[in-house]
Amino acid sequence: MCIIPRYVAINDGARMSSETIMIHAGLAERPRRSRWPARLDLLQSISGLLLVLFMFGHMFFVSSILFGETAMWTITKLFEGYFFFGKSYPWLVSCIVGAVALLFVMHAMLAMRKFPINFRQWRTIRAHAKVMRHEDSTLWVWQAYTGFLLFFLASAHLYQMFFWPHEIGPYASADRVWSDGLWPFYIAALLAVELHGGIGLYRLAIKWGWPNAPRAALRKVKWALTGFFLVLGLLSLGAYMKIGHAHRDHVGERYTPAWAAEQDAQREGRQ
Amino acid sequence: MSAADNTTAPPSQASRRLVFNILRYNPNDPASVPHMQAFTVEEADSMTLFIALNDIREHQDPSLQFDFVCRAGICGSCAMMVNGRPRLACRTLTRDLPAEITLAPLPFFELIGDLSVNTGKWMRAMSERLETWLHAKESEIDLCRIEARMDPDVAEQIYEMDRCVECGCCVAACGTAQMRKDFVGAVGLGKIARFRLDTRDARTDDDYYELIGDDTGVFGCMSLLACHDVCPKSLPLQTQIAFLRRKMAAQGLQGLPVVGRRLTSSTC
Repeated sequence: MCIIPRYVAINDGARMSSETIMIHAGLAERPRRSRWPARLDLLQSISGLLLVLFMFGHMFFVSSILFGETAMWTITKLFEGYFFFGKSYPWLVSCIVGAVALLFVMHAMLAMRKFPINFRQWRTIRAHAKVMRHEDSTLWVWQAYTGFLLFFLASAHLYQMFFWPHEIGPYASADRVWSDGLWPFYIAALLAVELHGGIGLYRLAIKWGWPNAPRAALRKVKWALTGFFLVLGLLSLGAYMKIGHAHRDHVGERYTPAWAAEQDAQREGRQ
Repeated sequence: MSAADNTTAPPSQASRRLVFNILRYNPNDPASVPHMQAFTVEEADSMTLFIALNDIREHQDPSLQFDFVCRAGICGSCAMMVNGRPRLACRTLTRDLPAEITLAPLPFFELIGDLSVNTGKWMRAMSERLETWLHAKESEIDLCRIEARMDPDVAEQIYEMDRCVECGCCVAACGTAQMRKDFVGAVGLGKIARFRLDTRDARTDDDYYELIGDDTGVFGCMSLLACHDVCPKSLPLQTQIAFLRRKMAAQGLQGLPVVGRRLTSSTC
């Protein structure tokens, strides 16, 4: 039943929907409650899940450096389409980064709703965690802290990867880590993302009741995942630092396996 | 523990001297300032916090305020923060606690004085807001007709949720409720879960969405699950809240073109 017109003219001749007028009057929940809180809750969970799955995959790709420069180069070139088109298109990486960035911004916007938003709330939740000494509550405080850190760390990283996708490679990345001095940044980002993602994934399971396993078991899986990816991340970072250190006098030089260099030269010769 | 166990048990080790640090404050006295006050009590065999607090009130400070009715974990009046966690004082044995015990009133609820809080006022408002009573299917009650039967499993599940004593422990343990005073808490969500199970209740998920379908309801829950961990009646709050969340999220999909139409047709 709707007894007012759907669109109403306002003072300067512009029109606004009657719904907007009702929201502004504080009557948005009459007569039917908005379905958006449900959708936002779902979107928050789905975006978080996709991001954490992406981060797991991302860590595996990054850690290919542990199998040598050629392994990492192959992964890099795979994403640049080299093995499909015979030529590298770094903008393909930018597309992936862009999609992740959109997901990240959406997740940040949705998750922000849960943050303590004023001094009273912040002080209360901190005291609550300290007084209760309840693991899941304390973990949430850590999730909020690391989430807040990621606003900046993840943004900086995504920005860099979006605009300089061609600067990803065994030597290029190692130079960034060592000669550009970004390794402290990567340690901070690694800690923040693995803690946040691990806790988040665990919380998703208990929030939606799937998988319906005992919480103690889920928590063990959570710590195992966090531990595994932290160790993998630190080992990979160590490898990049080592390569970067050895390569410090040749900053700017790019890694290309001999066979690929040969192939490229042949192709250029043909042309 | 049986009486035989009591008599055969070796004489307890030298009884401990318990130190109770109790938060004292009387909001009705303008001169009162919140402070911690220490009381020492000789521990007795099978002593509960209820016994210890009465001992203090009787022998040391008659002005100490705290609530008790049933002394058996049924009325839910004696919930308080015991060493940082909400518990029923009548069901807490001092022997399970260290010699130094800190007692504070439950947060969130209106403070009456010292350890006494007005949980009833909040519970009543919550009940009215969530309409936690049976909305019978029949508008007219016919006493001559035989009542519809209920599946014993459903009755068992309803009974399980009905064991809630509204002590307020779940709300006091809830991080969300501490930050956002309009959150209905696990007690409120548990009650909705209870009536949702009830085959006699006419309400549908669409109606329940009107009651808990936002951030003050089920979507406000951040799954910290302290409610589940401190509930003195061990109610399955974790699974019940997750279940409600799934049902209410499905409601949210209904307005959407493709998924929504399919869901609507399957639920109608």
